[in-house]
Amino acid sequence: MSPANGQAETTATGRAGWGRSDRGPVMLERARWAARAFARYDKASVDRVVAAVARVAADNAERYAEWAVRETGFGVAEHKTVKNLACSTGLADAYAAHDYVSPRADADEKLLSIPRPAGVVFALTPSTNPVATVYFKILLALMTRNAIVISPHPMARQCCADAARTLADAAVAAGAPDGVVQVVEEPTLPLVEAMMADPRVGVIVATGGTPVVRAAYRSGNPALGVGPGNVPVLVDRTADLESAARLIVESKSFDNSILCTNESVLIAEDAVADRLVSLMRGAHPLSGEERDRVRAALFPGGAFDTRFVGKDAAWIAREAGVRVPAGTKVLLAPFDLAVPEEPLAHEKLCPVLGFTRVDSARRGIDAARAVLRITGAGHSAAIHSTDPATIMEYGASVPVLRVSVNAGNSTGSSGIHTNLPISMTIGTGFVGGSSAGHNLRPDDLVNWTRVAYHVDAPFGDFDRLDPWSAPAGPVPRYPEASNARTPAAPPAVPRDDRSGAPPAELRDEIRRLILEELASLVRS
Amino acid sequence: MLDYGLFAYASKDEVLEKSSTYWNPGKTRFWVDSGVPLVIDRREGYYLYDVSGKRLIDVHLNGGTYNVGHRNPEVMDALRQAMDRFDIGNHHFPSLARTALAEALITTGPEGLSKVIYASGGGEAIDIALKTARHTTGKRKIVSIVKAYHGHTGLAVGTGDDRFSKLFLADRPEEFVHVPFNDLVAMEDALRDRDVAAVIMETIPATYGFPLPAPGYLEAVKRLCETHDALYIADEVQTGLMRTGELWAITKHGIRPDILVTGKGISGGLYPIAAVLVSERCAGWLTEDGFAHMASFGGAELGCVAAMKTLEICDRPETRSIVHYVSDLIGRGLEDIRADNPGWFTGIRQNGLVIGLEFDHPEGAKYVMRHLYENGVWAIFSTLDPRVLQYKPGILLDPSLAEELLDRTAVAIARAAREAK
Repeated sequence: MSPANGQAETTATGRAGWGRSDRGPVMLERARWAARAFARYDKASVDRVVAAVARVAADNAERYAEWAVRETGFGVAEHKTVKNLACSTGLADAYAAHDYVSPRADADEKLLSIPRPAGVVFALTPSTNPVATVYFKILLALMTRNAIVISPHPMARQCCADAARTLADAAVAAGAPDGVVQVVEEPTLPLVEAMMADPRVGVIVATGGTPVVRAAYRSGNPALGVGPGNVPVLVDRTADLESAARLIVESKSFDNSILCTNESVLIAEDAVADRLVSLMRGAHPLSGEERDRVRAALFPGGAFDTRFVGKDAAWIAREAGVRVPAGTKVLLAPFDLAVPEEPLAHEKLCPVLGFTRVDSARRGIDAARAVLRITGAGHSAAIHSTDPATIMEYGASVPVLRVSVNAGNSTGSSGIHTNLPISMTIGTGFVGGSSAGHNLRPDDLVNWTRVAYHVDAPFGDFDRLDPWSAPAGPVPRYPEASNARTPAAPPAVPRDDRSGAPPAELRDEIRRLILEELASLVRS
Repeated sequence: MLDYGLFAYASKDEVLEKSSTYWNPGKTRFWVDSGVPLVIDRREGYYLYDVSGKRLIDVHLNGGTYNVGHRNPEVMDALRQAMDRFDIGNHHFPSLARTALAEALITTGPEGLSKVIYASGGGEAIDIALKTARHTTGKRKIVSIVKAYHGHTGLAVGTGDDRFSKLFLADRPEEFVHVPFNDLVAMEDALRDRDVAAVIMETIPATYGFPLPAPGYLEAVKRLCETHDALYIADEVQTGLMRTGELWAITKHGIRPDILVTGKGISGGLYPIAAVLVSERCAGWLTEDGFAHMASFGGAELGCVAAMKTLEICDRPETRSIVHYVSDLIGRGLEDIRADNPGWFTGIRQNGLVIGLEFDHPEGAKYVMRHLYENGVWAIFSTLDPRVLQYKPGILLDPSLAEELLDRTAVAIARAAREAK
């Protein structure tokens, strides 16, 4: 902002304008102090913090789900509630038996392993899956004794900031160090880039668009970034079609298909395609003409119109000028070939499901590979089949790092309906330009110091040793004056017997005043 | 060769020699004799660099002038941008920056203060506070503590130790009463005749080595002021701006002062400015004769910009949190060092990051100062009590530097103990 024309905005502290407030470094510094303190907490204290934060997060799951939909205009509140629950108490339960805090002694290997948290986690969260990702990353950080600074997507800034503050308060109330969870209230690109590059950051966990993830890797700090998805789902002739049809519609319409894990292109073997489509209740198969209208509406000039992100099927149909029956949750858009110039083969982030037929499972695998050549390599794919050979070949040939089998992919690859780790951050691995190839887990945020004995030296007895301890009170302790920390004598009145000493009544009066003041201090 | 373009010297010795010739022989010699031959060159964050290249961690910070670090980038940025449009300004007129800073100071200040008067430095600000008190009460006497220090200007010097007033025939014992610190009976004696305009107190007396007010003392003094119709002036020049973990230390005592003085740190260490915050009751002269106190540089607009930015930095919740962390770590670390040096390092006076270290030797702090200097730390002894070292870490200190500071301090204190014996 230029202060020209008398438009300077420096009328109170903290405003934009001259000396624009740059709180990034000081937030990270505070986080570093918090991380330093938190890294010495014992298991019981950490468990208490995690449980309390998960509880508060779950209690607010519905409120923040509604808020996120209201603020971003994306998705379905009911579905977001499911994810918020999965990423609060669900997450805490899933990792309840894990221990990222206590040292482990392995007498056979003569190895002592001591966990060393990353320190400050700088977490970018997306607009599409906002609060669930905030919950997820905060809980992962707390489980591993890290401090975390959340940088929400500007479109979901308010709900994310509020959620982060709620969790931060719960953490501190449960004994966590002050500043262990912070949020960038006004995220701007230059601020976020500067924070990512700040040496105080231990690790960046980036969920968002490709540019954000790339920027995280460019920052020079260790980063866990995950790329976009574009999920193919193959239904072969051996599939349980009833089940496949139901699961695909459910999964595709989940949260209005805003997740990177929602199915993008349905690939069906010819032999079963018609029957599959007929079983997909809630999916409206678009005619050729309708398909063209939807395509033109969604991709004006070839580029995806973000107005459609996370909107429901009826709204999209209306915008495209297509009549659909009541209860339509998914628009099924047929096309012949998954090639880059076919917009419907790209990621759509709304409940429009591309649909292509193949004459064999083998050709279906090729089609899935073609979908992922366009975008989404390393992310996820789904298959409905009962043939292990096809499933094995699908897993081996399709360049993704997780395949949901006979499950909806949105809840499958995020671990809600499979035994994969529950995660809102899906590692796309080397093939997807990421250093992480798995669903992000707590152990991604902690290193272990290996204390290794000489193979011939006798190993120590570490059984009763714990380097960590519970905090004695608020962390940090409030800076009381040092002479007020212990019960102090009343103000010293060192007097000689000079003349004019006040009469006894006055001394008593002054003593009374002092005691009154002391009492009020104690009360405050 | 020390060549800075505008000036150049062949060597540090030449600087010292010319400093003695043209500037201040007493000061120049004092530091050389004290084993601290410091001529500061580069400065950055909490580091100072001697012209020899020697690096020092600054825990003197000139009484908090560099609270937010030397050449704080945010304050520099604000000043740089302001200089594209503003300069010192014209002190006669209403001004953008002065108004904005005044509003910010009142908004963030203790309750009950409503107007701001500017000065170009702390001494002048104290003079303004004392003049204001006299105008408000129609009384002349000012009470301060023995060994007080509030500056060297006309009135301020009268509140302080004789050392700085008698030399210039500036002591005025009939107007300036000095009472022992932490002595409520003496305070009551001084106020009983109801002829005192104000009691002026540093919330923790700095130059006296940070003796802490006994619990309840300041509160009782305030009560005595109210009883005996004297104003309470809180000198927060060294204790303000988050140094004790709250923006103004006086609020930790629940005291609403009639007048509050800030200086040093409010400048951001980059442009001199000081300010007096007064209650509505004390603000009368600003209406009666708004021109009654004037200074061309008082409330210079560039200073106002530096101050606004500094105030905003100090008042951030993050800054407050960091101060609490630093204060906790340094406090515990110093306790450990004290335990290792029994009989020598005898006491720690701490309120947040206002810290005084007591040594069992009449000039103990001078020994420690020298050994700290040798070990890369700059901290100064208390002028009015050289047993006590002033130890004032920055309010934005990072954990690594805090740990390094403690390591260096431990070594220096132990070495000083050996030398002092």
